[in-house]
Amino acid sequence: MLRALRRATRSSLVSARRGRAYHASVLPSLVSPASPEFREKADAMDALVSDLEAKMSHARLGGGPKAAERMRSKGKKLPRERLALLLDPHTPFLELSSLAAHDVYPGEFIPGAGIITGIGRISGRECMVVVNDATVKGGSYYPLTVKKHLRAQEIAREHGLPCVYVVESGGAALPHQANVFPDKEHFGRIFYNMAQMSALGIPQIAMVHGISVAGGAYVPAMADENIIVREQGRIFLAGPPLVKAATGEVVDEETLGGGQMHSAESGVTDHLARDDEHAIAIARGVVGDLGAAGGTAGLPSATPEDPLYPASELHGIVGTDSRQAFDMRDVIARVVDGSRFREFKKEYGPTMITGFAHVHGYEVGIIANNGILFSPSALKATHFIQLCSQRQIPLLFLVNVTGYMVGSKAERGGIAKDGAKMVRAVACADVPKLTVIVGGSFGAGNYGMAGRAYSPRFLWMWPNAKVSVMGSGQLSQVMTTVSKDPGQHSSLKDAIEAQSTALYSTARLWDDGIIKPTDTRDVVGLGLALAARERPGARGHGNAGSTTWDGSNRGFGVFRM
Amino acid sequence: MIPSNRSASHSLRRISAAQPALAPLASSGKKFARSFQSRVPAVASVPPRARSLVQPTTVFPARALATTSSGSLSNSASRKPHFDKILIANRGEIACRVIRTAKKLGIKTVAVYSEVDVHALHVLEADEAYCIGPATSSESYLRMDKIIDVCHRSGAQAVHPGYGFLSENAKFAERLAEEGIVFIGPPSSAIVSMGSKSESKNIMLAAGVPCVPGYHGTDQDPQLLFKEAEKIGFPVLIKAIHGGGGKGMRTVHSPADFQEALESAQREARKSFGNDDVLVEKYIIRPRHVEVQVFADTLGGVVSLWERDCSVQRRNQKIIEEAPAPGLTPELRADLSTKAIAAAKAVNYVGAGTVEFIFDNDTQKFYFMEMNTRLQVEHPVTEMVTGLDLVEWQLEVAAGNPLPLLQSSIPLVGHAFEARIYAENPRNNFLPDSGPLLYLSTPTPTHVFAPALPPLTPPVASADVLTSLVPSRETSASVSPSLRLEQGFAQGSQIGVFYDPMIAKLVAHGRDRTEALRMLRKGLEEYKVVGVSTNVEFLRTLAGNDAFIAGEVETGFIPKHFDELFPPVSDPSPELLAQAALFVALREHPDRSSSISTPWTSLSSRRFGGDVYERVITLQKDEASAEPVTVHIKSTSPGQFDVVVQTTESNATYSSVPARLISSTTLSTTLDAVSLETTIVSQPPPPAVPASLSTNSMERLHVFSGGQKTTLVLPSPKWLLSLGGDVLSASKGALKAPMPSLVVEVRVAVGDKVEKGQAVVVLESMKTETVLRADTAGVVKAVGCKKGEMVEEGRELVDIEEDV
Repeated sequence: MLRALRRATRSSLVSARRGRAYHASVLPSLVSPASPEFREKADAMDALVSDLEAKMSHARLGGGPKAAERMRSKGKKLPRERLALLLDPHTPFLELSSLAAHDVYPGEFIPGAGIITGIGRISGRECMVVVNDATVKGGSYYPLTVKKHLRAQEIAREHGLPCVYVVESGGAALPHQANVFPDKEHFGRIFYNMAQMSALGIPQIAMVHGISVAGGAYVPAMADENIIVREQGRIFLAGPPLVKAATGEVVDEETLGGGQMHSAESGVTDHLARDDEHAIAIARGVVGDLGAAGGTAGLPSATPEDPLYPASELHGIVGTDSRQAFDMRDVIARVVDGSRFREFKKEYGPTMITGFAHVHGYEVGIIANNGILFSPSALKATHFIQLCSQRQIPLLFLVNVTGYMVGSKAERGGIAKDGAKMVRAVACADVPKLTVIVGGSFGAGNYGMAGRAYSPRFLWMWPNAKVSVMGSGQLSQVMTTVSKDPGQHSSLKDAIEAQSTALYSTARLWDDGIIKPTDTRDVVGLGLALAARERPGARGHGNAGSTTWDGSNRGFGVFRM
Repeated sequence: MIPSNRSASHSLRRISAAQPALAPLASSGKKFARSFQSRVPAVASVPPRARSLVQPTTVFPARALATTSSGSLSNSASRKPHFDKILIANRGEIACRVIRTAKKLGIKTVAVYSEVDVHALHVLEADEAYCIGPATSSESYLRMDKIIDVCHRSGAQAVHPGYGFLSENAKFAERLAEEGIVFIGPPSSAIVSMGSKSESKNIMLAAGVPCVPGYHGTDQDPQLLFKEAEKIGFPVLIKAIHGGGGKGMRTVHSPADFQEALESAQREARKSFGNDDVLVEKYIIRPRHVEVQVFADTLGGVVSLWERDCSVQRRNQKIIEEAPAPGLTPELRADLSTKAIAAAKAVNYVGAGTVEFIFDNDTQKFYFMEMNTRLQVEHPVTEMVTGLDLVEWQLEVAAGNPLPLLQSSIPLVGHAFEARIYAENPRNNFLPDSGPLLYLSTPTPTHVFAPALPPLTPPVASADVLTSLVPSRETSASVSPSLRLEQGFAQGSQIGVFYDPMIAKLVAHGRDRTEALRMLRKGLEEYKVVGVSTNVEFLRTLAGNDAFIAGEVETGFIPKHFDELFPPVSDPSPELLAQAALFVALREHPDRSSSISTPWTSLSSRRFGGDVYERVITLQKDEASAEPVTVHIKSTSPGQFDVVVQTTESNATYSSVPARLISSTTLSTTLDAVSLETTIVSQPPPPAVPASLSTNSMERLHVFSGGQKTTLVLPSPKWLLSLGGDVLSASKGALKAPMPSLVVEVRVAVGDKVEKGQAVVVLESMKTETVLRADTAGVVKAVGCKKGEMVEEGRELVDIEEDV
């Protein structure tokens, strides 16, 4: 109520403001797309983006045509077909980390870590969708599969997104069980999260399209409402071979854990579907009936407007060489509504850009780098974060940072102290944060600019982005000083170089995916829309910002009876 | 036969002779004279042209009087007033048509309706409306007592019967007269005379009106029969008196074949009917149906409003009519009118009537068939070519006034067509269909009434001109093409369940026949109906048929040109399938009606990282056995799509197709550089019908493209069929009414044992009987209907408990 009221007041203010002086905040475009320099940068970025698209489209094919054919021959829909049918037609889908596990497991091709996660609309509600890709190793959980699943749940919990699990998985990948099973952030955490989200009032829905065994059996079992496909979905704690070994009982899969049995006898499942399509139709009905628990979309405070300049120019503005400087305002001008940016403290600490803008109609405070961080830059950012926190305006970090200034002058000026202020402000800011790494994100700059450790709601990377403890140039020099073996530092340098790429990062789920520069505006807009949601369970101000279940007196979630 | 001018002038002279005697009667209503009165005093002094400027919209009264220089009608300056209130004992378009004229004249209207017509258009349009009973005609629209009661209650002074129902019921006319209510139609005696075929024939022969020559005698001597046949003139038709269905019927073209044909006909008749009596009649090889619109007043005046041709028929019912009849010489036209007037006079006819002739295309001879003592369905074509309002004439005559125009002033301008739009299935022997008008979109008519014709040059005041049966105008230069739509039903109405399945009439008028046909074709192309099968497409094909355009009409037109009129149905084109699929895709686009929306709705189909949203839509023809077609639609950029239509034979690809919905039923798109705006109407399946392979349980898409309606279905997914199958097998044994229908017979009672396939209930819907059979052997558990009852679609009629 209060929030809605506040938003209404805010939107009337926006229109009043725009009428008068807001045009003064339109960013000019000073780039010359015809210049050889621009062309060169654009070509390099084009190549990188095409490479990204190729890798992504390959990953989208999952386990390949043979595995797909095997699924089809059993009358099943492919995982991505299930996903497409589940989502409302013609709505966006924000897929997460589609290149997870890329080149991580030697000798194994595990596209997308064998799981598809993302946010899409079902029956008019944004939901987190988690789809096991049974074409990839039977949908079994590798360490990164678990990590991707857990990250999806984290996002769902932070945004109050109902979760729909499209299950077909043999459970943990046994050879990797040590990195899948025992630790805090391992397999068991999936069910812990389900229980907690359910308790927070975030609905957990599961559809069982195939085998769902052992640990996997708990996904449907822990769900608030679930669906199983007749003569196709199976839920059991142990399959027939293990049952025979344990008790000597000889039983077939359908009798042991088929849909008919679970729906009519055990009560493990709630809805019995005829086929995949039917299960999806039921699931869409279930989501349609979530009531208040489904959460409510947050409407933008202003009418969305396209930027004045084409997003395609981002390629030539930024390029792929992290050492080549560019003006981040040129990036902002191609991301925000009407290319309008009301800059804050423009003349102070000019290597840091701060200011207000709208993206797809949503208000946002932007913190962007335009060079190395000095004390004034850090102080300016800290000031700005406090402003946004006070005003409840979400923050968008556009990152291209080599780090905080070093040297005696800087140290005497208290750069460590001022940098710490900024890091503290970022860590404690009481507003949703979104991070887009546009260029480099090095050293402590990564902390100050809301790196992964600072729990931004989303963190996306451009294909050219780099993340490492320091730039490879500096690294080389440091290594020369501290090490006597030139062979060692050259190989270390190469290793760190390789480990700092966006592809390396995204494969290991240090981010939520690589995005094309031209997709930035839409991706950020979708993220801001999610951040603006009225979350179920977030009743009263006390718990509104809470991202952990800490006893909201809501008791338990939904017990399966 | 060349018509003689003498007989024409003779009959008309009689009209004028009769008038002076009746003049005092006509002048008696002086103080009630209305609109006419104001114009009448001017007659003597103001030249007709000037008068027409004063009253440019209604020309006929002035014109009528202007031509009456003989003085015979001058006393009628004081006309009898119209009624203040009339009751329309009908429904549908004709009721609306009558109400419209009444409104024009300031006459209040009373509608009657049956329970199912409570929201009908005629009820809405009338000033008052009274419910007179349940749906069945015999309990409502045919109930004289109830209608008379409503007349008394409402104070209606006269009843307009329309056509059908009680319009030709002599008893009704009598009963009304007894109650002091005016029947807007002929006297009951005329109805009786014309109602009997044999009596009317005798009257006509006596009046000199030619009838189909024939021998109907009891003397069956073969020699006599042969002589009669020779008298009639070959070819002749030998017909068994008790015959039917073509049995005992022979056509004989030459005298040499007569004996043999006679014997064979008699043999067949004996075998089939146990009686070999035959009659011999003139056989007309290429007959046409030509009829003359006549009008008579109570003062003895009769005029002809020229003829109509209604030759093209199906199931012995007219579907397209025109005026004037094509290819008639002025002499023939005059002769037809002369004979028609003679026929009307022979029965002392009053009001609007139609004398139907069978016209021999080969000999140009015509013979009297019958006289319809009512306003005909096809009266608008006459209105168009004469510029008159026939309902107004009816009211005029019923009020006791003389005919508004003399014969010599009745124009004949241009050419008019009427196409009757029926709920029927032309490809299935024109079997009537019934159902709701789920969607109705009509061409925009240019006129509500017949456009008034420009004033006539006053004819020279001579007896010859006054009585001439040559139309006073056959020039066409002054009319512009016009389109009229006569309809009685709005979207949502039920058609053909209880009453006649005619939906509407489209009337086109042009300077000549081809222009009128062009107008008609265009109008038909814009006439779109969903919910029932219609003959619109057939009429469109007919109106574009070369032989029809050439005026080669005859009653056997449809069978003769069958192949051209029913070209094989081609499979839907890839363009059409692409459009249908785009329609399905686009209608599911998120609603973006509000300006402020989240990107989760505004960024439709948005995918990232090079992914493209693709929608696969399956369509099939409206037949259970049809092969499904898949259409892949990729959203390349907002509002643009790549479309691939995959049929069993081929793939058609359209790239970067811009497409959007202009309205919920209009798709705008560009395919292969052709801009298209197509009407597509979705017909959801009846919600309570379980899914099955029958296309009746699937959503239908009606695509109107290029004057053709193509119906596609969206096949039900497997799981839905599976669920539907369960419901169907669970309800096995329960027989439900497949459509709204009348229970003709219930052949079982509770407790009866039935075999699988045994007839259980007989239903009738639109003159077609349907036998419902037990789908399982068992015992009748319940009977949910009784004989004579109307049952709605889906009503459980009989429940049979299956034998185990």
